[in-house]
Amino acid sequence: AAAGLCPCRALLIRRGGALRALCGSVRGFAAGPETHFGFQTVTEAERREKIYQVFESVAKKYDVMNDSMTLGIHRVWKDILVHKMNPSPGTLLLDVAGGTGDIAFRFINYVRSVRERQLQRKLRHSQNLSWQEISESYQEDKSKSLGDSQVVVCDINKEMLKVGKQKAQHLGYSEGLSWVLGNAEELPFDDDKFDVYTIAFGIRNVTRIDLALQEAYRVLKPGGRFLCLEFSHVSNPLLSRLYDLYSFQVIPVLGEVIAGDWKSYQYLVESIRRFPPQEEFKAMVEDAGFFKVDYQNLNSGIVAIHSGFKL
Amino acid sequence: ARPVSVPRGAAGPVPHPPSTPAGRARLSSAEPRARGGRSGEEEEEEEEEAAEKEEGCYQLYPGHIPTSPLQKALLAAGSALMALYDPYRHDMVAVLGETTGCLALPSLRDKMKHHPEGYRILQERPRIRLSTLDMARLQGLPDGTLGREYVRFLEDNKVSPDTRMPPKFVDDEELAYVIQRYREVHDLMHTLLGMPTNMLGEVVVKWFEAVQTGLPMCVLGAAFGPVRLSARKLQVLATELVPWAIRSGRNASCILNVYYEQRWEQPVESLREEIGIFPPP
Repeated sequence: AAAGLCPCRALLIRRGGALRALCGSVRGFAAGPETHFGFQTVTEAERREKIYQVFESVAKKYDVMNDSMTLGIHRVWKDILVHKMNPSPGTLLLDVAGGTGDIAFRFINYVRSVRERQLQRKLRHSQNLSWQEISESYQEDKSKSLGDSQVVVCDINKEMLKVGKQKAQHLGYSEGLSWVLGNAEELPFDDDKFDVYTIAFGIRNVTRIDLALQEAYRVLKPGGRFLCLEFSHVSNPLLSRLYDLYSFQVIPVLGEVIAGDWKSYQYLVESIRRFPPQEEFKAMVEDAGFFKVDYQNLNSGIVAIHSGFKL
Repeated sequence: ARPVSVPRGAAGPVPHPPSTPAGRARLSSAEPRARGGRSGEEEEEEEEEAAEKEEGCYQLYPGHIPTSPLQKALLAAGSALMALYDPYRHDMVAVLGETTGCLALPSLRDKMKHHPEGYRILQERPRIRLSTLDMARLQGLPDGTLGREYVRFLEDNKVSPDTRMPPKFVDDEELAYVIQRYREVHDLMHTLLGMPTNMLGEVVVKWFEAVQTGLPMCVLGAAFGPVRLSARKLQVLATELVPWAIRSGRNASCILNVYYEQRWEQPVESLREEIGIFPPP
């Protein structure tokens, strides 16, 4: 049936596009500037509402779906992000759109292991102390297993935060972790507060990316680092075709079978295609005032990490 | 010449099944005019146009998700596995039925078209839903009538006719109605066969439906459902219930050709005899 429609498809799309533009301009007067939701055209207000609903509906199955869609590779991507960050104990991290806490937990694990190594080194140097002095040093070090590092997880969606909190409880993370409901376009934090700002697989869901980048700049301390992990564009043509095939044919099916929600995952693959490519996003980050902006492609551009500094 | 179907205003757009690409094109240009200024409907229109853009097909009815053959194959396999893994995923059973029914559904539709009562059902497109049923009246009917027994069945098993999933992956809107009707009539099957909604009862009804409709989903459900039953139940199933279900299924006329909504007052026994279902063991 689809093949039979091919000759008509081009004609219909052109006509459909003209009609849509007409409807769009009529509605534009009423409800604000136009933007995209996947491959649809909607107003900004509608887009925010739809995206909220998408994440509200997928929250419980978010982690399961991530594992099945990426065959577990998303864990490696997030590990690479935290390794690139290389946080030392005492770092204050803001993880925006951090919903289910993946980056936050990895940050805590990393800082803990760095801290442990620090303590081990200290111990080796103080092997000539008396046993009393050693046990005293245990007391004070226990209360600082994270070394004053802290992570604030900020997300606009209550359901995602709920799932994140439950996960934290289940996995035993409590120290140095805070959960805040907030909008990336308008963060509820003061200027110059954080050492690192991360946003992993979240910025493509933000309606005004420029505002989010400006907010990121505002809340970072001078010397602070901006890190963004996001799906990006694949330039290799063969890989790009395979990736498209997988994205459009398999992922919505996985969404239907595992989460009972085709449309949210259809939105997901469309939103990936709509996000600006590496160089364009790099320019947007520079526009917000960051310096030494660079990006690192993972898996030939399926995912990219953009990094910038506030000086 | 096919007679024009009665438009169901509440259910959405007028169901003129487009049989040619030109017919589909006309449907597209008609939509903006028909949809007026309601923002919710405009979004639906956009979703339809977006769906059209992706797959080259239209959204043929509200809730329709056009899918490619590869997607249907993946869905069929995935939903089958998921339904086996987690039998409480009724939506997976529904999806399996839709993606595998491409041969059985047209033959069911033809059976309906060639039968006077079935033909009327296809024309009028009745829906069995709490909003369309007059529960008070049905409860007031004498014991033994279809209406009374149906309500009793719903109460005893704590089910509601509103939990049936609307079809999403059927690419023909009349066939979508056929499968919707099949789902809504399923509870009436339980009533007519006298089977409860536990695993054993469901398997028996699936055997009956498999013989009646030939839907691959019913066949698979009938074959794999018993996997989760205990040995004792399996024995009862194999020796008494399944042979009876098969015999009744073969003997009975097409269950979709009965206009149940007009037969609430008819006694269950008489309806069983009329259709050809043997008394349950």
